[in-house]
Amino acid sequence: MDTHLIEQAAGPTPQDYKSEVKPIWCPGCGDYSVLAAVTRAFATMGLEKHNTAVVSGIGCSSRIPAYTSAYGFHGVHGRALAAAGGLKLARPELTVVVFGGDGDGFSIGGNHFLHACRRNVDMTYVVMDNQVYGMTKGQASPTTEPTWCESKLTPEGTGVNPIQPVQLAIACGANFVARGFSGDPNGVAKLIVEAIKHPGFSVVQVLSPCVTFRPEQKGWKSAVHPYGREPTEDPALAMRAALEDDGFGLGIFLAGNRLPFAPAGKAVASIDELEQEFAV
Amino acid sequence: MTVDSVTIAFVGSGGAGVMTAGQMLLDAAAHVGWYGHMSRSSGPQIRGGEAAAFVRLSPQPVQAPGDRFDLIVAFDWQNIERFAAELPLSADSVIVTDPSQGEIPAVLAASGAKTIALPIKDIAATIPGGRVNMVGLGAVAAVIGLPRAGIEKVVESALGKKGEAAIQASIAGAEGGAKAAVGWNLGLELAAPAKSGAPRWNISGNEAAGLGALKAGVKFCAAYPITPATEVLEWLAPALAKTGGTLVQAEDEIASINMCIGASFGGVPSVTATAGPGLSLMIEALGLAISSETPVVVVDVMRGGPSTGIPTKSEQSDLNIAVYGMHGDAPHLVVAPTSIADCAYTTQWAVHLAEAIQTPCIVLSDQAMGQSRAVVDKPADAPFKAQRLLATLADGVPYKRYANTPSGISPAAIPGMPGGEHTADGLEHAESALPSSQASDHQKQLDKRLRKLTQYDYGAPWADVEGEGEVAVLTWGSATGPAREAIARLAAQGKKVRLVAMRLIAPLQPEKLAEALKGVSKLLILEQTHGAQFHKYLRAHMDLPGAVTVFSRPGPLPIRAGEVHEKLVSLV
Repeated sequence: MDTHLIEQAAGPTPQDYKSEVKPIWCPGCGDYSVLAAVTRAFATMGLEKHNTAVVSGIGCSSRIPAYTSAYGFHGVHGRALAAAGGLKLARPELTVVVFGGDGDGFSIGGNHFLHACRRNVDMTYVVMDNQVYGMTKGQASPTTEPTWCESKLTPEGTGVNPIQPVQLAIACGANFVARGFSGDPNGVAKLIVEAIKHPGFSVVQVLSPCVTFRPEQKGWKSAVHPYGREPTEDPALAMRAALEDDGFGLGIFLAGNRLPFAPAGKAVASIDELEQEFAV
Repeated sequence: MTVDSVTIAFVGSGGAGVMTAGQMLLDAAAHVGWYGHMSRSSGPQIRGGEAAAFVRLSPQPVQAPGDRFDLIVAFDWQNIERFAAELPLSADSVIVTDPSQGEIPAVLAASGAKTIALPIKDIAATIPGGRVNMVGLGAVAAVIGLPRAGIEKVVESALGKKGEAAIQASIAGAEGGAKAAVGWNLGLELAAPAKSGAPRWNISGNEAAGLGALKAGVKFCAAYPITPATEVLEWLAPALAKTGGTLVQAEDEIASINMCIGASFGGVPSVTATAGPGLSLMIEALGLAISSETPVVVVDVMRGGPSTGIPTKSEQSDLNIAVYGMHGDAPHLVVAPTSIADCAYTTQWAVHLAEAIQTPCIVLSDQAMGQSRAVVDKPADAPFKAQRLLATLADGVPYKRYANTPSGISPAAIPGMPGGEHTADGLEHAESALPSSQASDHQKQLDKRLRKLTQYDYGAPWADVEGEGEVAVLTWGSATGPAREAIARLAAQGKKVRLVAMRLIAPLQPEKLAEALKGVSKLLILEQTHGAQFHKYLRAHMDLPGAVTVFSRPGPLPIRAGEVHEKLVSLV
């Protein structure tokens, strides 16, 4: 695992990883706490800002890169994992952390999520799941329950079952899968530290309420509970636990042992030598 | 009596070995010192469909397919109606066919071509492990006077791994074909190759594009297969691995372009290759590359469109999407190679430009160049390298990723450079890179992103400008080859025609074009599109000199030198 420890007596503080930009989230948004957890995790690990890249797509939670002081890439909707994967494969020595929401990650970006899990590039994906498209003012996302009728787009509810990100991640081959709650930023920070440290592709689903469009999510603080088992390296056991869970269990479901995908070649030939194949 | 150029087609159903026969003929001809060109016609199916290899050989460099076929060797006539239009014949042509495969199709017989019956299957059957394509190859070799040593050499190098028996069977097959052709006296013996010590290459446009990217310093490629671009990626896969780079197969074209952009954000020069449908999927991300000022190169090997179109055949009809595809005001680079070998030079230049200007560059190759091979003089080394202007970072001086510089090019900080931390953004931004929707920032950044393209000195590579005269051909891409040959034919008759083949498609260079076309009274615009996309693109930016004739035709039929010659004859 490539992390970049700063060797100095007084370690960095979370504040060191915050940019000067004031977040533009709604008051009460869970993402404030996730940002605090992220900067705390970075400080805990002493990551070097210049060797850390924060990548995102589009959505409320995808604004995080500009709020951190590391290198950031704010790309297009749904494609953060692709951009981050390219970056990590091209620059394996960097620590790459990807942020986004449930719509960005599981709807428009669903295919990339599936393949990022199975590709298992050594990077971390933090999904802030509020079961709604916030930036476009409250539409159902792939994690929204089918009976939620508050969206003008689906006034009768979607009638479609939500996906369960933890189950999906395990099924698709992610090497580390955890769930946290933004109301517990210390817990989220610890999960993010573990996720970054763990080799391969790490997924952290963070339940992060949208108090503007899903005010009922304020009740999540009483719904969450410790997931209650020790992390396993066995995807089958992790999947069983995820299937039995009610979607509010917090903790590390899977800490697998798959080797990360890292195909970087070693230079063994010059271009002049390669050109010989064309010689008549 | 010898001829100066011979054009040969091997036709047969997929799996008959026509492509192998064509390739071996080209390789053998190259080995004995001829130049050549081989294009391919195939249906969308891999096996069982129609297939044809078109080979043209000459003691001189070959710019384009021939006007008509001198010789067709047909192993069978399956599905011939699907591509008969790609087989122009005349009464001087010769069709060699196996009588066991039935009558010569009327559509070909109508040309009045001479026919010769050759029991290809029977001859192959007399040889253990004999194959029809080698019998056909041997017959052609005898007709054009290709020395036996040339065939032996290519058989040995192609089948070396399969062992001595396979080599001997193939050589015996070719011998059988050659023996049967004794006494045909077709008058198609090719003039002896000119003595030359200069090294030659046998390369396809797709291989050349991969090589050009590598030579410029590309170290990352994300790949999604698509006809007819896949060979660019397949060539790069081992080549990148051997030179310390990385190729990853992506889940789709959207992933491949975003992976490339991510890698390039990391400072690593990146390339991908695709065709029309893939380019359509990449367009949003190319807008991101423009806005975030992240260099990336996309080689678009054009095929017939729209939609799935004609995947295996060539057209130049992606010009519009390449130039205009992105939403918003999105200036960027579009370049186009002017020959098979030039795919290397132009792609190398594309990487250099993209990195220097920090913007995406689309390379418009096409099936006619990408999947064709040419025997050419080894290209001279081009000086183009990926060289991004990097920031000099100093303590206490805030870094501005999108600094509004006079050149429009802002020094880049890449991850790993302390003090350069910023968030590259597809959101409109201030010079600092922080998101901004203010009118002044939008204006400033739009101006900057345009200025860096318009002020850049592209130098001589912007176009191939050749010859002089009051009549000129203005063209681009694979249409350049037939234009060159047509102009050479007129020159042989003492008639001068100028050629301007644009390598830099966007940004268009109206002043340079006006200078190159100075004094032109008659101008022929030549392109392979249905909608005259090139002509309209030019007209949107400038007034063209003189009386303008537009020769614009969609694929899949190639534009042939004879057709261009005919147009020019009416102008000179």
